[in-house]
Amino acid sequence: MKLRHLLATAALAGLAGGAFAQDDPTTVGFVYVGPIGDGGWTYEHEQGRLAVEEHFGDQVETVYVESVPEGPDAVRVMQQMALNGADLIFTTSFGYMDQTIEVAEQFPDVMFEHATGYKRADNVSTYSARFYEGRAVQGHIAGNLTESNVIGYIGSFPIPEVIRGINSAYIHAKKVNPDVEFKIVWVYTWFDPAKEAEAARTLIDQGADVILQHTDSTAPQAAAAEAGDVYTFGQASDMAEFGPMPRVSSIIDNWAPYYIDRTQAVIDGTWESTDTWDGIGPGMVGIGEISDAVPAEVKAEAEALAESIAAGEYHPFTGPLNKQDGSVWLEEGETADDGTLLGMNFYVEGIEGDIPQ
Amino acid sequence: MIRLERRPQPSTFWTWLTPLLAVALTVVFGGVLFAMLGKDPLVAIRTIFFDPLFSQFASFYRPQLLVKGAPLVLIAIGLSFGFRAGVWNIGAEGQYIIGALCGAAVALALYPMEARWLIFPLMILFGALGGLGWAMIPGLLKVRFGTNEILVSLMLVYVAEQLLAAMALGPLRNPEGMGFPGSRNLTQYDSATSWIDRAGGMHWGVITAFLAVILAYVVMSRHILGFQIRLAGQSPRAAAFSGVNPGGLVLICLGTSGALAGLAGMFEVSGPAGQVSIDFNVGYGFTAIIVAFLGRLHPVGILLAGGLMALTYIGGEIAQSQLQLPAAAIQLFQGMLLFFLLAVDVLTHFRVRLRHREVA
Repeated sequence: MKLRHLLATAALAGLAGGAFAQDDPTTVGFVYVGPIGDGGWTYEHEQGRLAVEEHFGDQVETVYVESVPEGPDAVRVMQQMALNGADLIFTTSFGYMDQTIEVAEQFPDVMFEHATGYKRADNVSTYSARFYEGRAVQGHIAGNLTESNVIGYIGSFPIPEVIRGINSAYIHAKKVNPDVEFKIVWVYTWFDPAKEAEAARTLIDQGADVILQHTDSTAPQAAAAEAGDVYTFGQASDMAEFGPMPRVSSIIDNWAPYYIDRTQAVIDGTWESTDTWDGIGPGMVGIGEISDAVPAEVKAEAEALAESIAAGEYHPFTGPLNKQDGSVWLEEGETADDGTLLGMNFYVEGIEGDIPQ
Repeated sequence: MIRLERRPQPSTFWTWLTPLLAVALTVVFGGVLFAMLGKDPLVAIRTIFFDPLFSQFASFYRPQLLVKGAPLVLIAIGLSFGFRAGVWNIGAEGQYIIGALCGAAVALALYPMEARWLIFPLMILFGALGGLGWAMIPGLLKVRFGTNEILVSLMLVYVAEQLLAAMALGPLRNPEGMGFPGSRNLTQYDSATSWIDRAGGMHWGVITAFLAVILAYVVMSRHILGFQIRLAGQSPRAAAFSGVNPGGLVLICLGTSGALAGLAGMFEVSGPAGQVSIDFNVGYGFTAIIVAFLGRLHPVGILLAGGLMALTYIGGEIAQSQLQLPAAAIQLFQGMLLFFLLAVDVLTHFRVRLRHREVA
């Protein structure tokens, strides 16, 4: 069995090497967790892929597979891409982490880029965006807009990335509106329009008049439009078709420059395993047009806030800040370090409820 | 005019021909669908059905067929017992989840002890018991209170999914996972993994699936239980007269299918999937229903049908990445298979007659 295993692995490696060598145009693969028409997360990665196609023309070929479940199927999809000659593969969901590492071991000549994860290897880079910077701007607007002082938040999975967003939005909503209260619903999916709409309706029933979402579909926007007098923010993508109401602004993920850079690095042979975490400043996170439903002065403040974050003058997690249990997290003027942010598993003071354990 | 006339007995000829006819119709209409999407239908069909077996990289794809087919066959074999007897377990997906949770929980509780001789058999035992126990809920409710096992078993799938999420986030979460949901990776725990030869696609679930096929064949054709199951399905009254205990039969059928689904889940979680995660289940329990019917509820038929279904999965993924066919088109293609099978099943039970002018 051992010998056979070795032989098979060698055969795989040989195939991969062969495919790599005979390739003329550089092939870039994309593995998507949702359908490219989700209007959110996957849609923006697809825009990034199209930008790569446009930028490089005939020099680069791209392939993608959509709606790949986060599990053993993802392994096979990546292996197929590698076998078919992909030189660089972007795996665009957190749940592909172990699978990406596993396939990367089998194909040492293929470069991998895993979005939002924390495991790297010689041929695996990680990249993510500082979405929490956008959340700060959202929180500022939301805190000003709410009249019921109840802000609803649709959480996907209780992982650090999502908790960071909740904390950042809460801190900045609370700053402009001390009476604000967050109601959080966990849906345990990235993309499920029915569940997301249900969560939005539940939150609206509980008195929320602003809905923030950390899920990928536009269903919450539609649910808010139906309810009327509820504000929402586009998530991952602009979702401008729901403006000026209910969608009053958005966080836009802009992967195109990064994808083009990394593809160029593979072409030049300068690709190295890196860990990228960019925010508003480098342009990986964009703030969508703030609509006229937002009072002009709030809009101006929000834009100023975004600019100060982009310029590096202001960090959304600046002390004094306490954890939910009242213990001190950051002293006056102190800013959070990336390590704490990446593993964030606590709410800041004032948020009610527990993180599901 | 075309007239349908009920056959006194289902036609054996058509029983075996209809699955082939359904596959043929699926290929034709799937081809039309792919053509409408602007792809060459012949290339698409070739990619789905032949590339996994005969293309340049077939040596890589063939083992994947085992990985994808094993849970389908294992679950479908279990379901076929009940379906033959008229006991409808629609909740194999839930039993699959619970089996995986129980099996993984044993391994995680004993981590990092090194004793494969103890841990792996215990996992098998608990995986089977977990699935069996979950299936006993609709079973006992049916026997005791006459509830509908279709509804109860289906609803329990959603309960199992919530339980899975709770376990992945709570008790079974990897303590070294930086707060992220999901358990330790069992494939990295030598005492607990179901892999035998990873590159060759061999894990204990594959072996168990083949054993289940043989065992089911023997039971169905040689054992009194097989006779009772078939009799109960064909004629419940006759079965009652010949001394079959209907309640006992319900429990045996649900228990068997639950245990096999639980085993499939346990082998999956400790092999191909590797860890308990929130979206661990990908619908094998539901797809196995198609496999069971496509295989005519016959063990050998199920083996073939499981292989075919695995082929459409693997081939479908190749078609997606090479031809850029949308994922939804592939799912539609698989759905067509069941639809056409049910549609042409009419031929098994009815005779098609051209109506002659009747004399008054």
